[in-house]
Amino acid sequence: MNAPLPTLRRAHPLLVSAATAAAAILLIALLAALPGGGTLAQQVVSGLMLGGIYVAVAVAFTLTIGVLNFLNFTIPTMFMLTGMVAWGLARWGLPLGISGGLHWALALVGGIAAAIIASLIVERFTFRYLKTRHGDATEHAIPLVSSLGFLLIFEHLVLIVLGSEAQSFPVRFRLDLHVGPLVVGMPQLASLLISLAVVFWLSWLLQATRTGRALRAIAESPDTATLLGVEVARIVPVVFLLSGLLCGVAGALFVVNYSDVSPFMGEHVGTKAIAAMVLGGIGSIWGAIAGGLLVGLMETLGIHFFGGDAAQVVVWTALLAAIILRPQGLFGGSRIGKGKL
Amino acid sequence: MSGYWAGILAILSINIIFAYAIFVTAAAGQLNLGGAGFMAIGAYAAAMLGEQLGWSPALTVPAAILITALVGCAIAFPVLRTRGVYMVLATFAFAEVVTGIILTQPALGGAMGLVVVAYVDLPVLLLAAAAATLFVFWLMATRFGLAMRALHDDELVASLMGVPARAVQVASFAIGAGLAGLAGGLYAHHFSFVEAQYFSPLLSIYVLLFVLIGGTQTAWGPLAGASFFTLVPELMRVGGSWRYVAFGVMIVAMMMFRPEGMVTRTLLARLSLGRRRASDAG
Repeated sequence: MNAPLPTLRRAHPLLVSAATAAAAILLIALLAALPGGGTLAQQVVSGLMLGGIYVAVAVAFTLTIGVLNFLNFTIPTMFMLTGMVAWGLARWGLPLGISGGLHWALALVGGIAAAIIASLIVERFTFRYLKTRHGDATEHAIPLVSSLGFLLIFEHLVLIVLGSEAQSFPVRFRLDLHVGPLVVGMPQLASLLISLAVVFWLSWLLQATRTGRALRAIAESPDTATLLGVEVARIVPVVFLLSGLLCGVAGALFVVNYSDVSPFMGEHVGTKAIAAMVLGGIGSIWGAIAGGLLVGLMETLGIHFFGGDAAQVVVWTALLAAIILRPQGLFGGSRIGKGKL
Repeated sequence: MSGYWAGILAILSINIIFAYAIFVTAAAGQLNLGGAGFMAIGAYAAAMLGEQLGWSPALTVPAAILITALVGCAIAFPVLRTRGVYMVLATFAFAEVVTGIILTQPALGGAMGLVVVAYVDLPVLLLAAAAATLFVFWLMATRFGLAMRALHDDELVASLMGVPARAVQVASFAIGAGLAGLAGGLYAHHFSFVEAQYFSPLLSIYVLLFVLIGGTQTAWGPLAGASFFTLVPELMRVGGSWRYVAFGVMIVAMMMFRPEGMVTRTLLARLSLGRRRASDAG
């Protein structure tokens, strides 16, 4: 069923993605040129832009599942934390009256830092305690349950400190590029590129560096990795650091594009990113990219054709069908646990 | 009894039934993170049957149980092909599909919700909770319950010993769904109003937490978990958000120090041993 496609596999991923991007641009141009295809092409463009945000969060999910087999429910919270902390820093400045409202760029850096710190706190209290103790069927749920606990803690701490109101980040970039009948938001395009760049960097890190090799070894088998001299306890925080960074970048990009922040902003993006990860194939970074863009597309096209709430049904039905019919994901050729990442 | 405590008892009864719904599935080693979806089916089934056919709660609630159990059985076949994280995600996606469909169907009230006319009072809820508790205790004592526990502890060995794994898992999933339907039907009739927003992913998450923190090894677990997390926040009397922060801290601490849940087989064995010693001495 999963016969390897040697020629396709051997092509460099950068080459494949460049070819896919070129094909996509060509298709959109064709669609826009068709009579009446302009609005549809516009939806496709917006869908891909929205998908860019989902890509980064979906990769954060797929990384923790791929390496640690851990569905980390705090990932949407990191995303939210970035937005809310950045807003808080820009509006009120550092706590205890150390300074007034910060410059927006500094505030965003602060937001990303908050996401990374929160992620490392989660690692300290969830994953370090995941040692096989009794080995029954619900045991893999232990870190999942802890991460749900952290979800409650972070979300409500933010509610206490920063309030439950939806807020608006002071800076919102607007610069539209008109290509024929299409309007492409430059900041959105930049976000898509930044989030793809971060993912490419991550992929390089996994393939080419010593840390990356250690991570892939742990993904295959933590026990064997330990025997071969990988210090699992020191490498695991790297996963959390990276997933915090990815969520932080996604959150910061979301904030500068849409400028809306609220303590609940993570839920929508988080659930969509889960859908994206599953559609692309759990544990596959390239799958998460494809899935993220696909979910963004399904969402905007679903809204275009069926309206807001029905778009959710489209995305979730696709997800349910994918899990049942093709659990390895639409693009992930790899078996679970083997040849991941 | 003041209205305040009556309200808490009503929520407690529904939470207990709902927790047993998820427990029955979890006791067979399957995690269901779509509890809210099944509860929503039960609630809307009861509401629609009452409204369209004019049935009384004595008919709508059993019908809600039956419908939800049938849906559970139908969904169990494909969903139980999946394992671990995939199972969690599949049930989660199922709940999202259910609430999504409710939101888009004007006949089901959409985002406005439905008013349920027939009212079920607190004693019925308490009785139902007691009945559900006894039912699950009985179920866990039967040969079927033994098979569920065996699958929970080690699926491979259980199937080697001749436990029909798939049949037991599908059945336990359907029974769990039926109990969720009971919780939903009672919820609809007691609170006289159903809306899709109530059956959010957060509800599914909370009920799974009740069960996993109570413990999945014995039927005491969900009772302990649901009671603890319904009553303790009320007794703590701390303001809104701090209550949830404390809840989160409790969950994290629990998973660090006692990941099997509050009530385990060892604990029960130790308790009954202590009682026997005490009676020997007396």
